[in-house]
Amino acid sequence: MPHIDVELDKLKTRLLEMWDLVEYQLQSGREAMLNADQELAKQIIKRDRKVNQFDVKIDRMCENFFALFTPVAVDLRMVLAVLKINANLERIGDTAEGIARFAKKLEAPVSQDLLELTMLLPMYEEAMAMFADCRVAFKNNDPVLAKSLLKRDKTLDKIYRKSDGIVTKFMVDNPDKISEALAILSIIKKLERVGDQVTNIAEEVIFYREAKVVKHKLGRKKKKD
Amino acid sequence: MSKKHHKLEAINLDAFYGDFHALKGINIAMEEKNVTAFIGPSGCGKSTFLRTFNRMNDYIDGFRTEGDILLDGRDIYAKDVRVDELRKEVGMVFQKPNPFPKSIFENVVYGLKIQGIKKKAVLEEATEKSLRRAALWDEVKDKLDKSALALSGGQQQRLCIARALAISPSVLLMDEPASALDPLSTAKIEELIYELKSDYTIVIVTHNMQQAGRVSDNTAFFYMGELVEYAKTKTMFTSPQDNRTQNYITGRFG
Repeated sequence: MPHIDVELDKLKTRLLEMWDLVEYQLQSGREAMLNADQELAKQIIKRDRKVNQFDVKIDRMCENFFALFTPVAVDLRMVLAVLKINANLERIGDTAEGIARFAKKLEAPVSQDLLELTMLLPMYEEAMAMFADCRVAFKNNDPVLAKSLLKRDKTLDKIYRKSDGIVTKFMVDNPDKISEALAILSIIKKLERVGDQVTNIAEEVIFYREAKVVKHKLGRKKKKD
Repeated sequence: MSKKHHKLEAINLDAFYGDFHALKGINIAMEEKNVTAFIGPSGCGKSTFLRTFNRMNDYIDGFRTEGDILLDGRDIYAKDVRVDELRKEVGMVFQKPNPFPKSIFENVVYGLKIQGIKKKAVLEEATEKSLRRAALWDEVKDKLDKSALALSGGQQQRLCIARALAISPSVLLMDEPASALDPLSTAKIEELIYELKSDYTIVIVTHNMQQAGRVSDNTAFFYMGELVEYAKTKTMFTSPQDNRTQNYITGRFG
């Protein structure tokens, strides 16, 4: 393998390791929330430091790669994509940490009614599935899979848009659970952001593979309609 | 490409060294006052192609071309074209600095003297102008009568550029003009190319990808006698269309 490919491979491997860690954080966040597991929540919060270390390390690796290899064409797009994916992964890591901070304060598991009404769990499932598929798209250099993710983000948006009304009504009916309901609402908001961040990452995969910029395209279409 | 005037153009150009088919059906048009970089592996034909623009290949036994090379729309291989007149229009700078073993002054005015210009004032004015243009004046103005061979490599190369500019060409051909120079002298040459393009159409052959990126507006990639891809330099180095281009510029050839 040429030296430049060895270096690119290292970069990619490191990013995939970070991806695994963030996925684990998201999963744990869900467990901690559902089971009101404060111990697990504390672990997640502590582990976010590791995510941040990955972020710094990958930034530094990209900087070195630019300086030493002055990449062009597909190599250049790859490193640019890694930089941006890295930033998005770090944010998703923060989301998991935020969910854990909410779980840490829980004294009992979240009310089933509220979970069912808001569709928080299916939303969580879909966000995690998108996150995992996006990893596959990046790992296998698969722009087709990446493109399919852009559409799936709409499912999350739909649940998010309905959540306001649902939670308001729930709070009116259950004034004793207002703080819990507000927390659930903020988690839904966070998951909606995860969908956006996964979409950003998918766009980077398409950019890197096909040299096409697809971001901000959907919004433009909407305005025309 | 755009509405700009096409300074140099090749139309269905083939070139042969005896039986060897060195250039195959080249079609390219270069805009006036632009820098075009030719890149490609050794033996791909880029230098051969560069040298057709001032007919430097004419002296090579068995060399012949088919198709047209146009300078300002005029076929430079037409029978009525005088090669010495052509070379007043199209100057050339080579890989290794090749000043004459004469004084700095004599080097610069060499072409003018051949043209029969003898007036000292004219020659002196041309010397200062050319040396200034080549960013060498301040370094040599007090030693114009000293031997050109006493200059450093980078200074010699700028002297050669000054010598080429003295006969006021409109096109400058550069065949790896900085490949024998240290990074500082290279930077000076690149800076010079950047400045000169406001007045000259420049074609540069280079093996240094970053150099092509820094100095040129358009880049042409040659491979095995073919022009594989010709596009804006920005496009070539971010999203080349042809796989061979991509493999070459990312250093993964063969």
